[in-house]
Amino acid sequence: MALIEVKDLITSFDSKVVHNGLNLEINEGEIYGLLGPSGCGKSTLMREMVMLEEYTSGSIKVLGYEINAIRSKEAQKLRKKWGVLFQFGALFTSLSVSENIALPLKEYTDLSSKIIDEIVSFKLSLVGLKQSDAHLYPSQISGGMNKKAALARALALDPKLLFLDEPTSGLDPISAREFDDLILKLKDMFNLTIVMVTHDLTSINNTLDKMAIIDNKKIAVQGDLNSVLNTSSPFIDTFFKALK
Amino acid sequence: MNVTSNLEILKTKDAIELIFKGSFDVFNISTIEKQLSSLRLTNECNNIIVDLRSVESIDTSFALLLSDCKKRAISSSLKFEILSNDETFKDVVELTYRNSHIKSSFEIEKIPFFENLGRQTIKNISFLREISLFIGTIFVHMFYYLNSYKNLRIKEIFFEINESIFKAIGIIALTSFLIGVVVAYQSAVQLKQYGANIFIVDMLGLSLLRELSPMITAIIVAGRSGSAYAAQIGVMKITQELDAMRTMGFDPYAFLVLPRIITLMIMMTVLIFVSDIMSLLGGMLIAKIELGIEYSLFIDRFREAIDVRHFFVGMLKAPFFGFAIASISLYQGLQVKNDTQSIGINTTRSVVQSIFIVIIIDALFSILFTSLGI
Repeated sequence: MALIEVKDLITSFDSKVVHNGLNLEINEGEIYGLLGPSGCGKSTLMREMVMLEEYTSGSIKVLGYEINAIRSKEAQKLRKKWGVLFQFGALFTSLSVSENIALPLKEYTDLSSKIIDEIVSFKLSLVGLKQSDAHLYPSQISGGMNKKAALARALALDPKLLFLDEPTSGLDPISAREFDDLILKLKDMFNLTIVMVTHDLTSINNTLDKMAIIDNKKIAVQGDLNSVLNTSSPFIDTFFKALK
Repeated sequence: MNVTSNLEILKTKDAIELIFKGSFDVFNISTIEKQLSSLRLTNECNNIIVDLRSVESIDTSFALLLSDCKKRAISSSLKFEILSNDETFKDVVELTYRNSHIKSSFEIEKIPFFENLGRQTIKNISFLREISLFIGTIFVHMFYYLNSYKNLRIKEIFFEINESIFKAIGIIALTSFLIGVVVAYQSAVQLKQYGANIFIVDMLGLSLLRELSPMITAIIVAGRSGSAYAAQIGVMKITQELDAMRTMGFDPYAFLVLPRIITLMIMMTVLIFVSDIMSLLGGMLIAKIELGIEYSLFIDRFREAIDVRHFFVGMLKAPFFGFAIASISLYQGLQVKNDTQSIGINTTRSVVQSIFIVIIIDALFSILFTSLGI
C-alpha cells in the first residue's frame, strides 16, 4: 500500500524551478531515502510532504490525504500520525528534554501525568538517552543528544510515518551507526514507514530499502541500492564510487 | 625566507623570454603582476618562453598569473612554453589554466537608482497588504479558537502576563512618575506668572489621563515587550522550532500569537492605569513644592474639574495600542528570514513600526473624540 504518492509535482520559487514533473511512491514498511546533489530539492520535497511548504502544481498524497486540498481538521489528524525529525533537532528551547517529549502527549491525550512520565522515560531509553538527561534543557546537551531527544519527541505519539532530515549528519561515526540500528529496530518493531534525506553512504547501505535519486528536477532513478548502482549518471557514479 | 624573487624580461628576435628567479607565492607576486600586465604581446614574436628553471617554489596564485599570461598568448595566437626542471610546476600551471575563468567577478550587481526606488516603493506598499493579511489571519484564528474557552491557552497567557507585564510595572511606574514631575514643573513656572496656580490640576489631569500616560506606556511596552516578541519568534523560526510546532500540529497562532496579543490587550489597560496614578502623584508632589497646593486641595480640585470620561478616554486606547504593538511585533518576528542579520533588522522594525502605528492610532482617536465632543 502506498502511504505517500507524489504525482507530476512542480515546485517553483519565483523564477527558479525546483521540481519539474516529479513522481514517486513510498510503500508501507519501507525505509525510503531521498538522495541527490545539494540544492536538488530533497529537503523541499520533504517539507512539502509535511505541509511546511506549498507546491506549485501536481499532487502529493500522504496517508490518503491530498495535501493541497486538505481541510484544517484533517490536516490536524494527519499531523498526529507522523513524526518529523529536523536536521538540527529543533527542540523547543524553553522546555526541558522530558517536557519536549511529553508535550504532544499532554496536548493530544487525556493521560495522567504518571503514565506520560512512564512513556517519556521509555522513549528516552529507546533512543539511548539516560534518564538523568531528562531534566536538561536543549542548550545544555550535545548535538548527538539533541538529535536523539528530537527523535524521541518525534516518536512520542507512536506515529506510523517518520520523516528524518539528515538524521546522521553531525553525529560521530559510532552514534551514527547506533542511529542506523535504532532506525532498523524501530521499523521491525512498529512497522514504521520512514522517509529520510541523507548523504551518509554507510547509512544508505545499512538502512534503506528503497531510494530515489533526485537530479535535474526529476527522479533520476527509483529502486533499491542494486538497481541504483546499475544505473549510470554523473551524480550516481561519483556519489556511490565507494560502493560500486 | 629571504630569497630575492624577480622577473627578467628578455625580448629576442622571435620570442619573449620571461625568466623567473627565486620562489614565488601570494605575498611577493604583486610586482610581477604589474610587470606581466604591462607586457605587450605583439605579433612581432611567435613564442613566449617562461623559464622556471631557477625557481625554487611556486604556489597557485603565481600559477594563475602564468596561466593568465598563457591565455593572452593563445588569444593572440602565440606559442606558450614553460621550461622547468620540476614537472609539478607545469602541472600546477596546467591545473590553474583549466580551472580559471576568464570573467570572474563576484561583485554583486548594483541596482540602478530608479529601479531601487521602485522596488522599495513596491516593497513598502506590499507591507501594508501583508500586515492586513496578518491581522486578518489573527482574527480568523481568534474566531476559530475562541469559540470555546478551553482553546484559550490560559497557562501561556499567565506566563506572558508575568513575563512581559508584571516585570514592566516598575519601569513604567518610575517613568510615568518622572513624566508627571516634568510636566508639572514646566507648567508651574508659566501658571505662577498669571497666578493661576490651581489650574495645574486641570492641566495635569487632562493631559496625563488622556494623552501622556497611554502614550508613554505604549512606547515603553513597544520597546520592551514588542522587541522581545519579535526577537523570540524570529529565533524560533531560525532554529526551526516553528516548523517543528507546525508538523506536530501545534498552530503557532494558537500557541504563540494569540496568547501574546490577548496578554498585551489586557495588560496595557492595567499598565496605563498604573501610569495614570504614578504620573498624577508626580504632578501632585511638584504642585505642592512649587505652587504650594496641598494634597487635599489638589484632590478636591481634581474631582471638581476632571470628569471621569477623561480617564476612560485614556483607558479605551489601551486594548488598541496593545493589539497594534503585539501584532506588529509578532508579524516582524514571523518575517525573519533564515539569517541572523534579519533578527536585528526585524526587531528594530518591530519597535519603530509599533511606536509609529501607536501614534497614528492616537491621532485617529483624537480626531474621533474631538468630533464626538468627548
